[in-house]
Amino acid sequence: MSAATSPAASAAPAGKRRGYDGVAVTVPVTIPYVRYSTRSAHWWLGRALAELIRGAGIAKGEVDGVCVSSFTLGPDTAVGLMQHLGMSPRWLDHIPMGGASGVVALRRAARAVQAGDADVIACIAGDTNHVDSFRNTVSQFSRFAQDAVYPYGAGGPNASFALLTDYYMKHYGASREDFGKLCVAQRDNALKNPHALMKKPLTLQQYLDARPITDPIHLFDCVMPCAGAEGYLVMSEERARALKLPYARVRSTIERHNAFPEDPIQFRGGWAMDKDALYEHAGVAPADVDFLETYDDYPVINAMQFEDLGFCAKGEVAGFIRANEFTIDGSFPFNTSGGQLSVGQAGAAGGYLGFVQALRQLTGGAGRTQVKDAKIGVVSGFGMINYDRGLCSGAAILERGATQGEAA
Amino acid sequence: MTEPLVKPKKKNPVLRTRLATLPPVPRSRTALGLTRAAAEGVFEMQVCADCGTVQYPPREVCGSCLSEHLAWKPVDNRGELIATTTLRHSNDLYFRERLPWRVGTVKMAAGPSVVAHVHEDCAEGGSVRLTLKLDRSGQAVLHALPEKDTPNMNDAPQLRESTCDPKFRRVLVTDGKSATGMAVAKAMLEAGANAVFLGDASTWKTVPAFDKLVASDPRLQVVELDVTDTDSVDRLAASIGGKVEILVNTADYLRDGGILNRKDVNLARDAMEVNVLGLMRLAQAFGPGMCFRAADGSNNAVAWVNILSIHAHAALPARGAWSASKAAALSLSHTLRAELRGAGVRVMNVFPGPVDEEWEQLTPPPKIAPSGLAKAIVKGLQDGVEDLYVGDIAEELRTRLRENHKAVERELGQ
Amino acid sequence: MSTPILAQFMAELLSGRVKLVDLTQTLTPEFPIIQLPPEFGQAWPFRIEEISRYDERGPAWYWNNFSMSEHTGTHFDAPIHWISGKDQPDNAVDSIPVENFIASACVIDVSAECAENPDFLLTVEYVKAWEEKHGRIPERAWVLMRTDWSKRAMPKEYLNMAEDGAHSPGPDAEVVPWLIQERNVHGFGTESVGTDAGQAHHLNPPYPCHYFMHGNNRYGLQCLTNLDLLPPQGAVIFAAPLKIRNGSGSPLRVLALTPTV
Repeated sequence: MSAATSPAASAAPAGKRRGYDGVAVTVPVTIPYVRYSTRSAHWWLGRALAELIRGAGIAKGEVDGVCVSSFTLGPDTAVGLMQHLGMSPRWLDHIPMGGASGVVALRRAARAVQAGDADVIACIAGDTNHVDSFRNTVSQFSRFAQDAVYPYGAGGPNASFALLTDYYMKHYGASREDFGKLCVAQRDNALKNPHALMKKPLTLQQYLDARPITDPIHLFDCVMPCAGAEGYLVMSEERARALKLPYARVRSTIERHNAFPEDPIQFRGGWAMDKDALYEHAGVAPADVDFLETYDDYPVINAMQFEDLGFCAKGEVAGFIRANEFTIDGSFPFNTSGGQLSVGQAGAAGGYLGFVQALRQLTGGAGRTQVKDAKIGVVSGFGMINYDRGLCSGAAILERGATQGEAA
Repeated sequence: MTEPLVKPKKKNPVLRTRLATLPPVPRSRTALGLTRAAAEGVFEMQVCADCGTVQYPPREVCGSCLSEHLAWKPVDNRGELIATTTLRHSNDLYFRERLPWRVGTVKMAAGPSVVAHVHEDCAEGGSVRLTLKLDRSGQAVLHALPEKDTPNMNDAPQLRESTCDPKFRRVLVTDGKSATGMAVAKAMLEAGANAVFLGDASTWKTVPAFDKLVASDPRLQVVELDVTDTDSVDRLAASIGGKVEILVNTADYLRDGGILNRKDVNLARDAMEVNVLGLMRLAQAFGPGMCFRAADGSNNAVAWVNILSIHAHAALPARGAWSASKAAALSLSHTLRAELRGAGVRVMNVFPGPVDEEWEQLTPPPKIAPSGLAKAIVKGLQDGVEDLYVGDIAEELRTRLRENHKAVERELGQ
Repeated sequence: MSTPILAQFMAELLSGRVKLVDLTQTLTPEFPIIQLPPEFGQAWPFRIEEISRYDERGPAWYWNNFSMSEHTGTHFDAPIHWISGKDQPDNAVDSIPVENFIASACVIDVSAECAENPDFLLTVEYVKAWEEKHGRIPERAWVLMRTDWSKRAMPKEYLNMAEDGAHSPGPDAEVVPWLIQERNVHGFGTESVGTDAGQAHHLNPPYPCHYFMHGNNRYGLQCLTNLDLLPPQGAVIFAAPLKIRNGSGSPLRVLALTPTV
């Protein structure tokens, strides 16, 4: 792994942060994605919860905390979902942070377990995808989007990311070939992931020749909206061991919202403010990281995460991409599930995809996508283009706790 | 550089006419402050009264200091076009039919970064000026325009979507024989209208200036039209309704007189017949056809113009009945606007002060020359505004009405 | 009880020996009305708005609202219409004795003269010459001036406006009092938009037909048509205005009974 170079911007923590000692993250669950679903979000979330309970080998009533993320659950929130699912948790959270949901759910749940507010917390994210879901979600996404973005061509996230990709490419030196290399590597990884909706190999030439969608975004820069759900459990290490569950530990986490509001257009995310604190708190350096799972709704945001999480300096991403291989067995194993670009974007579950995949890597459950000897992984999340930029960012450094063999 | 608009071909009568779709309509209530500014043709954003921060998108409290004192004020409209994209795909029917569509991010000199429609003559990285315009849904949108006007700038399809330029369009002037009607016809011809239909309610009356005008340009065509006669209006609509792309309602009945100085309501009724019911008859006859053709190519039906008066907002007691008819017409125009908005046909209300014509003979200056009024109307259409105040008196009354409408009422009544 | 005269009349009518001629113009929104200077109040033209036509506004019936002045279309002038007749007894359309709604008619054909001269004025001399040819005007008869004005193109030729106002024929200032005093006529009828000539405001007195006829409690008919279908003498006119309280006139259906032999 390459060395980190710190940009100037960083935020010192106000006080000494406590660690995540004793917290286990376990039972990665994916409800296989489909392009379109006639089911509702309740179905997908309910299936994820059922799989978590089954996977943990516990009774339904033993789950006493739930954390939910979904775009298509409306008019319900997590509250209505609890009655729908017949749950009576003593701790409940609803995290509307899109692509940052997986990391943020962990932050909330881990502290609740540490404090004893809940013993077993199910973190679930899922969305359905009717034929008109995406259009409805995009057109009513936020007030600022409704007032100041959607009326400008109604391009949705494609248009917003096209603008910042255009700016980023001109100012930070990344080319379509660089982005294409990442997409091709992710597709290679996806071919080893049975859950991935994309089943055909992708060549760089195919990537480059794809039809333009919203310049400079082309077809293979875009994720495919789909239906699906993801989930994991947070509990104490004691509980995980008692249940004989393989698990991962949490070395550190960060989140940040509306970072750098003075930037005229987004060319960096909140990670750039918090990454030094992240590594310091975790006691690891970027060079120690065995694999990276980023939020990848567009390749440009991968490039930003390489920089802002310290794997290369700002403006050096092209060199970094050219110097590395991003497949599972490459020099920089990256988005080992295939990422959203090749697996599909199941709404808010997209914000869990990398996290759940990281748990599989660290618990030895990644199957054909397994990175050999993966001990430290970084998961990052990014979400909510409220107006012109993604507002939520988060990251977690996870480490191997007990793998499948060890837990048993 | 923008390619000049090609004169539209004659309509192929056996092809289906494309029906109107609208760009996205929903806006927060606060964002309708932009719509108000665009409707009046001014460039305003919220400015924090406490820290001076310019807000965009529109906010409830200052994004910098959390002050609740955000006032809509003119702000510097210049900026740098820092990113652009060309949409080749859209989630919205309206835009799908108009792809490719260029948008971009403009870093404003006033502070905020904004997403805007971007004119084809704007270079990325270059300076632009922003304007607020009403799109076909009647809501405000930002257009980034070249720093200085470029040749054929208004012909760009994207800009033409947010404006009502008379170029290559056919115009009905409902009373073409009045001084204002004749001036409007001339101005429309100068602006490149393909045809101007001149309504004539008194074919028995010879007006030499009218005859001279009609003989001056083959694009002018006299049509019989008496807005007080439903049958006359219907017959004309049946004849040319499919060709009217801009309707300018110049029909007006102006007579002096208040309430107590007359013993009857005849003049008031005559004023209502022309100024209110005439508008309604025209709308019922021509509105549906204009809606049908609201997306019909580059010479689609775009605008309905009512020539009202500043006294639609504040009665002039010396012309009380007429003022009431103008106020009623203003009210009616809001209904018409709501009903035409579904098709994207814009209703532009013109609020002139006194016009220099025969019925204003005794009104002291300043008065607007009919030609000046007509030029303002053409510019209003080219700019795409919805409310147009013309002349110093109209502007003054408008300002004073905002300051103290009671003072205006007292003083106009003296 | 039978009335032999009426029975005989009906027999004549049914046999075709007595013919009915409609002297009425159709009421349409575009039918011209007299134009006063624009600062005056104007007579309303005929206006019509559909109430329903077997549609959602009334599924089984068709009807209209209409509006117009008392002096729109083919219409009757009552003496109260003019200031000279304001104090005459029974001078409004509701109080005129109904007997006065039937009267014989003399039709003076001046169409050739009017074709030459739109400002043609009927004179005493002309009427006397006419009487020599067609017989003396009987007492209480309508005098109808046939100008063929009703055949003119509407509205421009019919109103015939020039910079100095309308140009249309009518009686001169001498013939009207002569007809009243010497022939005791019932009233005066024209095809043009008024009983007076287009330029009659320049006569002395202005508008002599209105002034003298109404001042002597006589009546007017205007906007007539089909006068060319009537004989110079012998027709009977049925002209009953609407019964408007204190009305100054009224649009009406004017029917003429004429012998065919």
